[in-house]
Amino acid sequence: METYSFLRHMADSWFLLAMTLGFLGLCVWAFRPGSRSMHQEVAKSIFRNDDRPADADTDSPNHAKKEG
Amino acid sequence: MLDYLKLIGLGFVAILAAIAANYARDLAYQVNMITVMLAAGIAFLWVLRTAGDPRPNLQHEYFDGVVRAGAIATAFWGIVGFLVGLVIASQLAWPQLNFEALQGYGNFGRLRPLHTSAVIFAFGGNALIMSSFYIVQRTSAARLFGGSLGWFVFWGWQLVIVLAATGYVLGATQGKEYAEPVWYVDILLTAVWIGFLVAFMGTLFKRKEPHIYVANWFLLSMILTVAMLHLVNNAAIPVSIFGSAQVQLYAGVQDAMVQWWYGHNAVGFFLTAGFLGMMYYFVPKQAERPVFSYKLSIIHFWALIFLYIWAGPHHLHYTALPDWASTLGMVFSVILWMPSWGGMINGLMTLSGAWDKLRTDPIIRMMVVSIGFYGMSTFEGPMMSIKAVNSLSHYTDWTIGHVHSGALGWNGMITFGVLYYLVPRLWNRNSLYSLKLVSWHFWLATIGIVLYASSMWVTGIMEGLMWREVDANGFLVNAFADTVAAKFPMYVVRALGGGLFLSGALIMCYNLWMTVRAQPQRVTQHAAVPAEEGDGTRAVRDQHKVIETNATLLMILSLLVVSIGGIVQIVPLFYLENTIEKVEGVRPYTPLELAGRSIYVREGCYGCHSQMIRPMRDEVERYGHYSLAAESMYDRPFQWGSKRTGPDLARVGGRYSDEWHQDHFTNAKSVVPESVMPPYGFLFNTTIDGRYIQDVVATNRMAGVPYTDEMVENALADFTAQVNPDGDYDGLEARYGEDVFGTPINVRNFDGTPALTEMDALIAYIQVLGTMVDFSTFTPVANR
Repeated sequence: METYSFLRHMADSWFLLAMTLGFLGLCVWAFRPGSRSMHQEVAKSIFRNDDRPADADTDSPNHAKKEG
Repeated sequence: MLDYLKLIGLGFVAILAAIAANYARDLAYQVNMITVMLAAGIAFLWVLRTAGDPRPNLQHEYFDGVVRAGAIATAFWGIVGFLVGLVIASQLAWPQLNFEALQGYGNFGRLRPLHTSAVIFAFGGNALIMSSFYIVQRTSAARLFGGSLGWFVFWGWQLVIVLAATGYVLGATQGKEYAEPVWYVDILLTAVWIGFLVAFMGTLFKRKEPHIYVANWFLLSMILTVAMLHLVNNAAIPVSIFGSAQVQLYAGVQDAMVQWWYGHNAVGFFLTAGFLGMMYYFVPKQAERPVFSYKLSIIHFWALIFLYIWAGPHHLHYTALPDWASTLGMVFSVILWMPSWGGMINGLMTLSGAWDKLRTDPIIRMMVVSIGFYGMSTFEGPMMSIKAVNSLSHYTDWTIGHVHSGALGWNGMITFGVLYYLVPRLWNRNSLYSLKLVSWHFWLATIGIVLYASSMWVTGIMEGLMWREVDANGFLVNAFADTVAAKFPMYVVRALGGGLFLSGALIMCYNLWMTVRAQPQRVTQHAAVPAEEGDGTRAVRDQHKVIETNATLLMILSLLVVSIGGIVQIVPLFYLENTIEKVEGVRPYTPLELAGRSIYVREGCYGCHSQMIRPMRDEVERYGHYSLAAESMYDRPFQWGSKRTGPDLARVGGRYSDEWHQDHFTNAKSVVPESVMPPYGFLFNTTIDGRYIQDVVATNRMAGVPYTDEMVENALADFTAQVNPDGDYDGLEARYGEDVFGTPINVRNFDGTPALTEMDALIAYIQVLGTMVDFSTFTPVANR
């Protein structure tokens, strides 16, 4: 019964707080100032490159960094 | 070089499969292995014929061949799945359609997993693979990663489907809903899925766009979470590498929790997150407007994947699952309503300013109605997960109605919309063959869904109320059979609705076929790709966008977020001491009962019969003392069930005579005129010799059932002794009987025929159900 009460206590105090803060942080992050132009830009990205991949040779400013 | 390796590998697989087919212990396994052998052989020939062919560099083209194949497979499996669904819906209305001549192969219990797997994994799965490959290439502006890896994923997936489907019909099943494929199919599925993940992630890594578009987030989380769910839920030990039989790693209450954590998130991630990925790409494309709010989609994503994973236990309200777990499931299901509707609003409002398209574009109409159904079922779901509502709705047809308004309305309609969008583009046609036929499809499908869902609401609520109705003296008013009889008209309406939905899909197939055959080629005008206005702003770098641009980070974060709920709910069940109450009398099944149980699982009895009595007054009155977790602690897999088309069986043992069961299995209507149960007379003709029973007992012990060395060694002797009351069964009694566990063993000729048949085993199992616990030793735990 000890473990049960302990987990129960954790769940309705610190864990609840952590989840709430996590959610608020997510909202703040999504609505942070200055993100609007970027988000509009991403939302419109689906209207490019419909028929063929972007040209590999041209190193345009939007060229993604190689990663992972 | 690679071709040689492929040839060696494929040849090796074909030979191994041939050997396995030769040593097969059961028919399903043999047929499956022959299928694998043929598939490997065909692939071998294909690689051989094309070996050394020049490989042109295709990096400047999208890999659309696999997407085209996916479109064909989606349409094909859709028709198959809907057709089987129509068949089993009709079987429930007219049980004569369970043809006796088919010897069980065509019975409802075996066809139901065929239907669910065909629509979810074959139709839905192909739609997801097709869309993922299309979307990730376009939004990354790069060709699919991995050369012909896409083809491996596609054909591997088809092979999984064929193996699983033939397996179900021939009797290979794991006995867990929506996770029926047996161990070797699970392994193949894992390999295919890893290929899927590699192709998807690899494309993200080599993308030319700076950001990862939000549709990919949903698709990636779908791939990752399904992998996690699949691996955990299907953990099992095969009885032999030459057979389809297996023993689950978890038992009873833990198995139930893991199963519904899996089951609900198969809905949450396979059928929701993945299809939301389709929505976030194809709805804006078809509407020719960007998504309503990209910020909302970010919140939608993280909130949805975090919350969904917790919702599983709402399938287990008032069962032997501890209360804390089911309360958590309920709370998170209700909260889940919010992100779901956030997503719905985001999808619908994408049309804001272009609502006129609804009038002119039937494809948009289809997509919009699918989002509407998504909204309706994501409201209905949280409502049904509230314990008070669930006490009525659980085990009834209401659940079936809910599932289908989501599956037909949301998954079906958006997939149809996507097919209408993709086919002209993939085959380079200037337009669809006929928009009028799309409208016909739209209306047939919509009316079909409305008939389906509303008839299931009516029967569900009706049977729920009929079950719990008591008269002034406190007696139950309705026999279970009364509710079965009362549902008949609604079952006919449901079959009609399914028929309309199927005919709509057939019209779609004709329309798509004619689009490819008869429509003129699209005039290509993309020679110069018009520069988007946003080109200037694209260069704007934002130090906060790390997650949006880093595929690895996105993968790790999503995996972390989806793990939390499952860990919190599942892990404590394994070590909290009060999960399983201490009671006297529960013993491991005897070898014969174990064999009977595997027949129960094989025939899909759990599709219609629960083995979990909830503590409600009417259930206790009707079926007996509510079920305890201890009663299923040796059940691998658990068979609590989730639907009562027939009555609960948790305490059916000893209620009826063996003769009653013999008559009932042969022709249920002879003893219960209202019954819709399929005929099982063929079990009388299948003799069994217990050849492999020792392995089954030993594997159960390996998984954790406390069989002793003696029990394992004498498995075969005990197996035959239990059906021979004139023989020597002292050993059986000494190992499993009254002196050890407190309850005598049933030793009888269960099926009334001289031979030892499957019917003996099945009735032996049925007759022991719920008879073990000594309730004088049971005290309920308050804090559980």
